[in-house]
Amino acid sequence: MNENTKRGKFLLFLIFVGPALLCFFAVVIVPFLYGIYLTFTNWDGISPNHDFVGFTNYVAVFRDSEFWKALLLTLQYVVFSVLLINVIAFILAYLLTSGVKGQSFLRSAFFTPNLIGGIILGFIWSFVFSRALVSVGQTLNIPLFSQSWLTDPTKAFWALVVVTVWQYSGYMMIIYIAGFTGVPKDVLEAASIDGCTGFQTVRHIILPLMVPSFVICLFLSIQRCFMVYDLNLSLTGGEPYGSTIMAAMHVYQKAFLSKQYGTGQGEAFILFLVVAAITLTQIYLGKQKEVDA
Amino acid sequence: MKQKINNTIGGKKAKASSAVKTVILSALLLVYMLPFLIILVNSFKGKRAIVRTPLVLIDPHGPTVQNFVKAFEKMDFVKSFMNSTVITVVSVALIILVASMTAYFFVRKNWMINKVIFAMMLTAMIIPFQVIMIPLVSIYGGQLGLLDHRATLIFMNVGFGVAMAVFIYHGFIKTGVPVSLEEAATIDGCNQVQIFFKIVFPLLKATTATVTVLDVLWIWNDYLLPSLVLTKKSLFTLPLSTYAFYGTYTIDYGAIMAALVLTTIPVIILYIFLQKQIISGVVAGAVKA
Repeated sequence: MNENTKRGKFLLFLIFVGPALLCFFAVVIVPFLYGIYLTFTNWDGISPNHDFVGFTNYVAVFRDSEFWKALLLTLQYVVFSVLLINVIAFILAYLLTSGVKGQSFLRSAFFTPNLIGGIILGFIWSFVFSRALVSVGQTLNIPLFSQSWLTDPTKAFWALVVVTVWQYSGYMMIIYIAGFTGVPKDVLEAASIDGCTGFQTVRHIILPLMVPSFVICLFLSIQRCFMVYDLNLSLTGGEPYGSTIMAAMHVYQKAFLSKQYGTGQGEAFILFLVVAAITLTQIYLGKQKEVDA
Repeated sequence: MKQKINNTIGGKKAKASSAVKTVILSALLLVYMLPFLIILVNSFKGKRAIVRTPLVLIDPHGPTVQNFVKAFEKMDFVKSFMNSTVITVVSVALIILVASMTAYFFVRKNWMINKVIFAMMLTAMIIPFQVIMIPLVSIYGGQLGLLDHRATLIFMNVGFGVAMAVFIYHGFIKTGVPVSLEEAATIDGCNQVQIFFKIVFPLLKATTATVTVLDVLWIWNDYLLPSLVLTKKSLFTLPLSTYAFYGTYTIDYGAIMAALVLTTIPVIILYIFLQKQIISGVVAGAVKA
């Protein structure tokens, strides 16, 4: 194989990049472009042919109040979950880098929920909310728990938030721990010699130096929460009365249950644009706040 | 003297605050682990004891393994476990192979087409699966009729995983693999493919570990994509068969608890042995991405 001829170069490219490129195009790029095309058709998922219908699907998306309701609910879910995840993860990371006994065991333990898929986590918590907590509530006479959270629309929403925070706080914690360990020791020493209190050190030294960790954690938690599906399906299944259907579940049902593929795909795109706009803004703002030690 | 007193006071304070931290953390740990413990405890109890007293540790009639026997059989645990294993192992091995080769090629050959493809892969990483799933089913199901094959799912896993893996390998090869080693091999008459497998790939162990951890966790636990591709029960992975089992035996709490324990246990056992590698893999992956 002569690597200097055009043919040789092409062969080399095929060997090294060919397989990855084929999979990537066939699974990501082509479906993505085809998805844009789908939003202009009336395909029902079964019939072999479909018609070009112009912007009908987009009009349908704007008229689909259920979709906007689901998107709004998702937005609320994202705001509460992301805030709580990151506050708790940051506190955990702070505590677990201060030299407490059993530090590394505790880190591993808090991370555990992330080893298990959202479907299983949802089922586990579904039993906790509908049986275990109810039993506690009835025995100790705590009205908050004496009825299953999953049968009340507001409480079912909070159940989703609780499980999400429980799962991802351990994940973001280990990223914050990496951030804490990356703060140079000499800067911290200088601060303590200058008489900084613990709080002042966190506020003026550690926080600014950890901006990159915040950017990553916010990005990951925003993206994952927006796209929640597995947990939504297994914990509440959108119930009670369809009150906890998040955007991704709505898209799934629109396409695969109602067989309105074009409209479903249009809604998926809108969801994508919302998430992309929010995460990119967040990264852009975060990068501006970065400082060097 | 004064200095010394100050020190002891500081020391006591530090000790006291450390004790407070330990107490807070232990309490939190208990809360975090409680859901797992509740499921574990109830999986050894009969149905009546589960429903009436979910928080009692042991069934008044003594512990039972009946739930496990039932879940093991009805879920076809061995088969779904094998399905999950085959799909995960083959997908991850292929991702590592094709992504490391691509990343190496992109770093060493500064061609226009390489830059364009790399930029496309980076951009595509922000596309969530939900935007692809409908056209994916339409193409592979409606038009090609390729659903219900493990190979199709593996192919798709590779397609979805490759961009991120190329990105992680690219970052490491660029800074961590010196060209000088390869030049020596070229003089010895090795071609590019041999150089990659004999010299470069062995140097990528740490990065390969990172990619393995991230992709195993993702593929082993993935639900949505497999649920769209695999509809035959004999092909189900563990998350799919757990979901199906839960749907069929909704009121048989004991069997469900046992099923949840069975699906969780393999991962936990692996975690006990590999926690350091898993955690550093997740950190490395997140920080690079």
